[in-house]
Formats: sequence, structure tokens, C-alpha cells
Amino acid sequence: MTETATARIEMRGVSKIFPGVRALDHVDLRLEAGEVHALMGENGAGKSTLIKVLTGAVRRDEGEIQLDGKVVEIGTPGEARALGIGTVYQEVNLIPTMSVTKNLTLTRQPRKFGMVNWREAREVAKARLKRLNINIDVERPLGSYSVAIQQLVAIARALDDDTRALVLDEPTASLDANETAMLFNIIRDLKARGLAIVFITHFIDQVYQISDRVSVLRNGRLVGTGKIADTPPLKLISMMIGRELEKTALRLVGNAKTSDAPVVLEAEGLGKRVTMQPFNLKLRAGEAVGLSGLLGSGRTEVAKLIFGALKPDTGRLELGGAPMHGSSPGASVRAGIAFCPEDRKAEGVVGELTVRENIVLALQSKRGWLNRLSRSEQERLAAEMIKALGIATPDAEKPVGQLSGGNQQKVILARSLVAGPRVLILDEPTRGIDVGAHAEIVTLIRKLCGQGLALLVASSELDELVAVSDRVAVLRDRQMIGEISGADITRDNIVHMIAGAKS
Amino acid sequence: MNEKYLPLAATIVVFVALFAIGGILYNNFVSTLVFGDLLADNAFVIIAAIGTTFVIISGGIDLSIGSMIGFVGVVMANLDVVGWHPLVSGGMMLVFGLVYGALVGLVIDFCDIQPFIVTLAGLFLLRGSCFMINLDAVPIRHDFVQDFAAASIPLPGEGELHSSAIVMLIALAAAIFIGHFTRFGANIYAIGGDRTSAALMGVPMRRTMMGIYAMGGFYSALGGVIYALYTSSGYPLAGTGNELTAIASVVLGGTLLTGGVGLVAGTLFGGLIFGLIATLINFNGSLNGAWIMIVGGVLLFLFIVLQRFLVGSFRLRSAA
Amino acid sequence: MSQAQTTSTRSSSLGATLGAIGRHRVVWPLAALALLFIVDFIISPSFFNIRIVEGRLFGSLIDIPYRAAPTALVALGMAVVIGTKGIDLSVGSIVAIGGAVITWRIHAGDPHLLILFIALAVGLLCGLWNGFLVAALDIQPIIATLILMVSGRGIGLMINLLYGGTDPSFTSPLLQGLSTGHIGYIPTRLLVFVFIFALLWTLLRRTALGLFLESVGGNTAAAYLTGINARMVIFSAYVISGLMASSAGVILTADTHTSDPISVALNIELDAILAVVIGGASLGGGRIYLGMTILGALVIQSLTTTILTSGMPPEYNLVVKAVVVVVVLLLQSSNFRSLTLSILARRKR
Repeated sequence: MTETATARIEMRGVSKIFPGVRALDHVDLRLEAGEVHALMGENGAGKSTLIKVLTGAVRRDEGEIQLDGKVVEIGTPGEARALGIGTVYQEVNLIPTMSVTKNLTLTRQPRKFGMVNWREAREVAKARLKRLNINIDVERPLGSYSVAIQQLVAIARALDDDTRALVLDEPTASLDANETAMLFNIIRDLKARGLAIVFITHFIDQVYQISDRVSVLRNGRLVGTGKIADTPPLKLISMMIGRELEKTALRLVGNAKTSDAPVVLEAEGLGKRVTMQPFNLKLRAGEAVGLSGLLGSGRTEVAKLIFGALKPDTGRLELGGAPMHGSSPGASVRAGIAFCPEDRKAEGVVGELTVRENIVLALQSKRGWLNRLSRSEQERLAAEMIKALGIATPDAEKPVGQLSGGNQQKVILARSLVAGPRVLILDEPTRGIDVGAHAEIVTLIRKLCGQGLALLVASSELDELVAVSDRVAVLRDRQMIGEISGADITRDNIVHMIAGAKS
Repeated sequence: MNEKYLPLAATIVVFVALFAIGGILYNNFVSTLVFGDLLADNAFVIIAAIGTTFVIISGGIDLSIGSMIGFVGVVMANLDVVGWHPLVSGGMMLVFGLVYGALVGLVIDFCDIQPFIVTLAGLFLLRGSCFMINLDAVPIRHDFVQDFAAASIPLPGEGELHSSAIVMLIALAAAIFIGHFTRFGANIYAIGGDRTSAALMGVPMRRTMMGIYAMGGFYSALGGVIYALYTSSGYPLAGTGNELTAIASVVLGGTLLTGGVGLVAGTLFGGLIFGLIATLINFNGSLNGAWIMIVGGVLLFLFIVLQRFLVGSFRLRSAA
Repeated sequence: MSQAQTTSTRSSSLGATLGAIGRHRVVWPLAALALLFIVDFIISPSFFNIRIVEGRLFGSLIDIPYRAAPTALVALGMAVVIGTKGIDLSVGSIVAIGGAVITWRIHAGDPHLLILFIALAVGLLCGLWNGFLVAALDIQPIIATLILMVSGRGIGLMINLLYGGTDPSFTSPLLQGLSTGHIGYIPTRLLVFVFIFALLWTLLRRTALGLFLESVGGNTAAAYLTGINARMVIFSAYVISGLMASSAGVILTADTHTSDPISVALNIELDAILAVVIGGASLGGGRIYLGMTILGALVIQSLTTTILTSGMPPEYNLVVKAVVVVVVLLLQSSNFRSLTLSILARRKR
């Protein structure tokens, strides 16, 4: 790594505001030539937005970008390319139905007399792949290759002779160990050629394997930048997760009685190939169990396996002592399990339907289509929930899509509660919710547990888990690695367990 | 052999098999005479289907083909009455098809409306315009029509390659060139394969979308010109339902309705299969047009289900 | 009205109230209908007259719903399918097949009441087929229903052959009574329509099926996660559409008392889709407006009537419809609206 006066890329005071959200708040990022710079942070921390500002997919509201000491304007992906900034997005953004050659040469095929010269295009494609030491049949459709190869082809496309910086957004997310090792060799090679490489990942150990420096974002702000050698895992994880403990979210200890309460839900060896290693989990009546782990550690997967939204291929699940037959959301809802998904827009609310309709949806589904809730009953339930959760809406007949994110989240919670579940699974229940509402929801969760509801909360906010949980199950790399309970549930203990042997 | 040619090979096999069945059932069926007539009779719809192939490869659909064929014929016939040369009026209609298609593409891309509904409006508009101009068939009497009909290249045996078939083959060659040897062609496949990715990879979306539907409009107008010359008349009901024949030809030709995969050459054979079925059914006097529709539907069903499982396995492979 | 609504209405200014009325979805189609009626009245001052001839009501105001009824039935089924983010192109073919089956069974001598149920069963079967392709095989709705659209009229012609096919006309007091008869002063067809509409409304709004259909159309993943069996719900939409199309088929076939698979209900799928869109539903799914769809069908029929009364040749009908489709679609597009607004703003400056 060459530390010089002018960086390869210097982003200064970059801000970006989306309606209602400050996605980036005066972020500085300095990339040197010949370094691998890891960019870390939980979902919604601002990594993607920062990258998109750099690659021209999003326009910044404030700040400036310098490339080798010169201020540059990057308005479109094309301009970023022309400046020598290559990008490989998270999902392989190529065309799986087209051949490798066509993918590698799209929009800049070599031409002869106005005709695309496919023979030359093939040579270009092969040459591009050769730079990464890949030798594959370039005439086959891209989709017929493994994701790893597709990922490498995407990198090959992003690399030009004059590429100065390369952004890799979670390139290892769906690769196995061998494929990752192969990719890292290529990254080291590119680094040696003097490229500045931004490497986004949520695998902590990979950061230590490959990167020289690391920057951490949280809630749109830069938490810190440092040499990887000076940043032990414990410090890094601590930077990534959890806000400082807020007064409203003090831990409410003292539910010791739950330890002998009846077991409501028991998972034994539940797992799914590739997605999640088999795990055991018990939920007692009135107990709140937290699921902690970094992004991609399997938090959401555990929640979805228990709910039946992901079909497990091993293990079994018992509810109230009786085995669950077949796993589907329908069966779970009827048996008394409710689930609030993490991605409220894609999987949560039905935007066109009203607040009332969204709130009664799960209960109605539980009752079946013939046994309709009367309009007055629906209105009563909706009014009750709007009041109980403090949902800010002029009336229950407003389409949910028009509410703010936090209020949509509350509507999803209301929907689950109305169904009267025995087990409630919350995946990131407080994401995008302001502090006041956050405290309300935490209080509500405690109250429900007091009434005998068993609760499973997956969250990236450590302090939230510390505040609500009687037990915390800790996950790492799609494996459940341990449990912490009672007075041992502290920030430090959880972080230590996540960091594991690396601390 | 490259796997992308497999569907085309399957289509050709079906075509040859059908032709052989004809040969077994009827004397003199396997001849260049029947083949030449087959090409000529179906030239107009195959030409229109070639344009549709691009639209479908881009993930869209064009429902206004049949109406365009009717409209072009009616306008040409009326211009013939006032003394225009069919080549001049035909050329004008080709320009019209191009501009009309570009406009459709603009509306689809700019207003973000499904192609299906925009071209549906186009179907209404063009067919309605036919009725506004004429209600009855108007003959095209210009001498050129006879000359055009008479022009042909003799084939070995008794058959002839008629002028409409020649135009069709030239149109096909041009389409193959555009589809496979230009950047624009590659961009069409990219948009059909994955719209978002294509945009991120730098494909100029608006320009390409306009180009795709302009091609669709141009080719269906050309189909209309050929149909008008072939029938030497303009009839406001001409081409009714041809959009379905065209779409079915494209699908039989191995193009995926989900977009991104297909070969223009396949459409030729898809269209010929349809024509062959009609010929076979007509050879047997006791059968009627109903069979053409039913057999067409059955073939469509088989190919769509086949595609469904092809695509399904494709997705699985890329996910694993 | 809830308390919150009352207070908000009271506290808002008159302008805001008018704005709210202007935004209500019923206003625009109703305004279009009123405008057409006014035009009709200017052209023909007797437009609103209703007379009694031969013991039944006569006049344009009766004629419009009378002619709109079959399209409205098909459109109601289409509204359900579109509500699930789908489309059913095969409705015209279903009408054709139903007509052929009716004629065939009449020639075979079945009791006419039984034939009525057979006709509906045909629609059910077609709906099951479409539902199977869309819900079970996951084929895009446009393409899945294209199959029956292509082959359905051929199937109708084949059925015509079952009884020789020489004379596909028939007489049936029961079926023709349902279609062209009248009970008291009122055309039976309108009563039949009201009956079927009431059934459909009850099915959708007095059970939870309507809510399920809309939630699946609005966000399939979310509906699935609340435990709704999304496949079955989508399946039911196509079955409903098939049944509605076949009931329209009974009326249309009995009206002409003949089986004419080639030209019966030609382009009815387009009119039905248009009626749903005029009714304010988005092709993106998520909402089913049954009453508004009827309004849409009435607007389309009034348009035709207006063209006829104005003395314009009926040929203009299609072009006018096309213009209506384009205008409605452009108005629904946010890109187009913002473009128009910015052009207007520039003019003002």
C-alpha cells in the first residue's frame, strides 16, 4: 500500500437525503491506490448509497469527490466507467440469458463496417477473462455457469485497461470457501496492479483475510476508519452494531419465573441446506428470546424456518407439545404463530389496502375466507390497534402505502397481534422507527410477554436485544453458536460471543 | 452444437415431420410447388411476425399487427384510386409503420405502461381507422400489382419462388443482420433478459425501446404492403386475428415469451408450421378452419409448457 | 362516517373539500357519463324519454344498460382477475364455446334448465383451465389465457359440427326469455344482471375472498406471509372470470338464438379491460371495484350510443374507444402528468 499525499479517490462530506431518511450524513471516505478497503455496516447503514454515489447511480446532495486529486462530477454509471471506476453490484447485474461474450461486450462490441465482429468480440471476452485467469466457454449462456463464475465475469466486465478503482458489493455473499479463495487471489492480484478496491461484506473473517483498511458506517454516518491491523474484531463489531444505550430502553430484568413456564415452541435440529445449519431452540410462555448476530449470520433465516416461510429440510418443530405437520405460513398462522417480516415494503404491507384491512389480514386468514369479520368488528380492532400502538394515520381507511415507514411497521405489528398468536416472531421490529415509538414498542413487547406470549426477536440492534430479551441466541456464519441468559445478557458478552475465537 | 440452437432445431424437425406426414397422406404433397406456395401464402404474416420477434425478445408484446396489416391495405387501395403508384404508397406506409412504432415505444417507456395495453389501444385505433376510410374491399388496379404477382424465380421441379416470398426472405435476412450483427440487436436481447441490469450496463433504454417497436411497426406495415399486393385489394377486415398467428409463430419458433431468448430465423419456421397445418387441413376437404385454431392452440400450449420448464430449470441452475 | 372523518371535513375549507371530491374515484367516470348524456340530449332532445311499448319500457336510458349488460358481466369477472394482477384474454372464446354447447345440447333435446347449468359448467371448466396454467404452472396470465383465446373459437366451431352444424339456430323460451324477455315493464336481462352482481358482491364482500384477492394482487409475498393460500386465491379469480363470461355467453347466445363462434363477443375482452380501467382500477392489481366496473361498462356503451345518435357512422366507434384508452392511460401515468404540469407551469411564466 502506498500512502501518498493524494488519494486515488477522496469523498468529502457526502450527504444524501431520501424522502424522510438521511441516508448519508457528511461521510468522508479515502481510498488509496493499491489497497483493499473494507466497507462495513448493518443493513440501512448507508453502504449501498455511498457506493451508488461513487458509481453515479445516485446523485449526492452535498459533498465532493476527488479522483487522483482532481474534483470530478459523476452523474451516471457511464461517466463513472469513463473515469475508471468499475462496479460489481450485489446481485450479479448481468444478463443470464445471454452468452458470456455478449455480456462482456454489451454496448461496446468491436465493429467492422458497422457490423459487430463477433469473432473479435470473442477474443476480447477471452482476453478479459484471461486477466482474471479464467478459462471458460464464452459462447455458453451466462446463466448456465455457477454464481461464482458469474461473479467473476461481472468483475471482468467492470475491469478495463484504465480502471483505477473497483467496487465490489458483497461479492462473496453466495460463494463457498473455495470460490471465495479463488476470488481473493484475483483481488490480491488486482491490488498488486495498483487498483483501489472497495470491498463490502458482512463476513468479519473475510475482512481480516483480504483488506488493508476498514471503514464502518452506521445510520448514514462514518463511525470510523482504520488500518485493519489496529482494529481487532471486538472493536469492529462494537463499531458496527447498536447505538449507545438510551435511557428509555433500559433493561427490564426480573422475569426469572419464566424458566419453569411451559415450553410453547420447540425446534429440534431444524435446518436447511446452504441457508442455515440445524439448530435447537425452545420458547417458553411469557419469554422473550433474542436472535443476535451480524448481517448474514442467519437471523432472518431462523425466524423464517420456524414460521414456515422457508421450508426446512431437516429437523422438527413442536408447538404446545404437538408436532407441526407441514410447514407453511398458512399452517403456522392457524396454529398460532405470527411473523413480522424485516422487509416491510416487499413482504410486509399491502400498500393499496387500507390500514384497517392490513390490520385484520392475518386474523382473517386464520379464520378462513368463509368466516368473515364484520365491518364493525374490523373497525373496532383497527381503532383499538391504532390507539394502542399510536399509529399516526388520519383514519383507518387510509391506504397503508401512504403512511410513513415507522407507522407501516406498527401496522404490521398490529396485524400480528390482532391474530392473537401464542408465538410472535419479530424480524427487526424497530428498524426505521424513531426513539419514542421504539420505547413504546419495547414496552408493549414486555407487556405481551407478561400475558404469556412467547416472543422471538431477531435484531441487529444489540441494545434492543439487551433491553427486551430473557435469553439471547447468538448466531455466526449461519450457525447457532450459543445462548446467553439472564443477567449475563450484556453488550460486551454478546459481542464477545459473536467475535468468538477471533477476539 | 450450441444449446441456443436447440429450440430452432426442434422447430425445424416439427416442420419437416409435418411435411413428411403431408407426403404420406397426399400424392404430390412433397414438391417445390407446394413449398413455393406455402412460402408465398404465409409471407405477409411471417414478415409481420419477424417484427414481433424483436418485440417479444425484448420482453414485450405487440397486439396491433393485424390492424396494421388491414390499415396499410386500405390506405394503399384508396391511394391507388387517386392514381398513386403502389410502390410510392407502400413506401409511405412503411415510413408510417416506423414512426407509429417509435411513438408506441416512447409511450411504453416514458409512461411506463405495459406494452400489452398500449398496443391494444393501437389495435383499436388502426382497425377503427380502417372502418372510417372504407367499409368494403377496394381493389388495387395498378398494373404493378400484376407485375409483382407474376414475378418469380423458378425452383427445381414445378415450383416457383414468388415475389412475396422473395421479399419475405430479404426481410428475414435484414432482421437476422439487425438482431445478431448490430449493437442495437444485442441491446434488445439484454433488455429482454433483465431490464434493470441492462440499464445498469449502459444500454440506452429509451432509444432502444423506440427502436424495437419501430421495427415491429415497420415489419407489420411491410406485411400489410405484401398482403395488399398479394390480394390486390384493401379490405378493412384484413388481418383480423393475425396478431395471434404472429405471436404463435414466434413462440413456435422457439422464442421465449418471457423475453431474452430467441432467434429470428425460428419465426420463419414457426410461421411455416402454422401455414403447413392450414395447408394440410385444406387438402382434406372434410376438415375446416376450426382445426387450424385448435391445433394452433394445442401447439401453443405444448410450446409454452415446454418453455416454462426450460426456463424453470434455467433459473434453478443459476440459483444453485 | 367515523369521528375523525367528520372533524376533518368540518375543519377543511370548501376548496379542499371540492379537491377531495375531485379526487374521489367515482367522479371522473360519472362526469364522463354525464357529459355523454348531455351531448345525447343536445343532439336528440327525446334522449331521456322513456315510453311503454308492448308492455315494456323503451328508451335510450333502458337501452344503454340493456346492451351493456353482457359486457358488464364479463368486465366484472375481468375486474376480479385484474385485481390479482392478472388478465383474462380468453373471455370471448369462453362465450363462443358456451354458445356452441348451448346450441348443441338444445339440438340434443336436453331440458333447457339443465342446459343453463351446463353452460355455466363450461365457463367453470374454462376458468379451471386458465387457473391451472396461471396458479399451478406459474405461466404469465397474458400468455396462459392466450392459449384458450387462440383455440376457443375453433373449439366452438367443432362443437357446432356435433349436431351436423347445418343450422345452428334454436328456439328456447327459457333462455330467450332470460335474454330478451321482460318481467313486468323491466327487461329480464337487467334483473338477471342484478341477481348475478348481487351474488358476486356477496361472494367478494360478505366473505373474506375479496380481501384475499386484493391482498394477493397488491403484494403476493405479504399475503403469503399472513397465511393466505395465494395459489388458491389466484385460481379462484380465473374460475370467477370463466363463470361470468359463460353467463354473458348465455345472454348473448340467446339474444341471437344461434351459435356463431367466429363473431360472437368479438373484442369483448378489450371492452371488458377498458371498463375495468375506466372504473379506476390499475392493471397492476390490488383493488377490485365492482360498482365502478359497471359504471365503466355503461360509459363504453353510452359512447357507442352517442356515436350512433350523433349520426356519425358506427365505424368511428373503435377509434373513439382507442382515444379513450390512450387518454385514460396517459392520465394514470405519473411521468406524463408531471410532464404536462411542467409544460403548463412554463406557459404561465
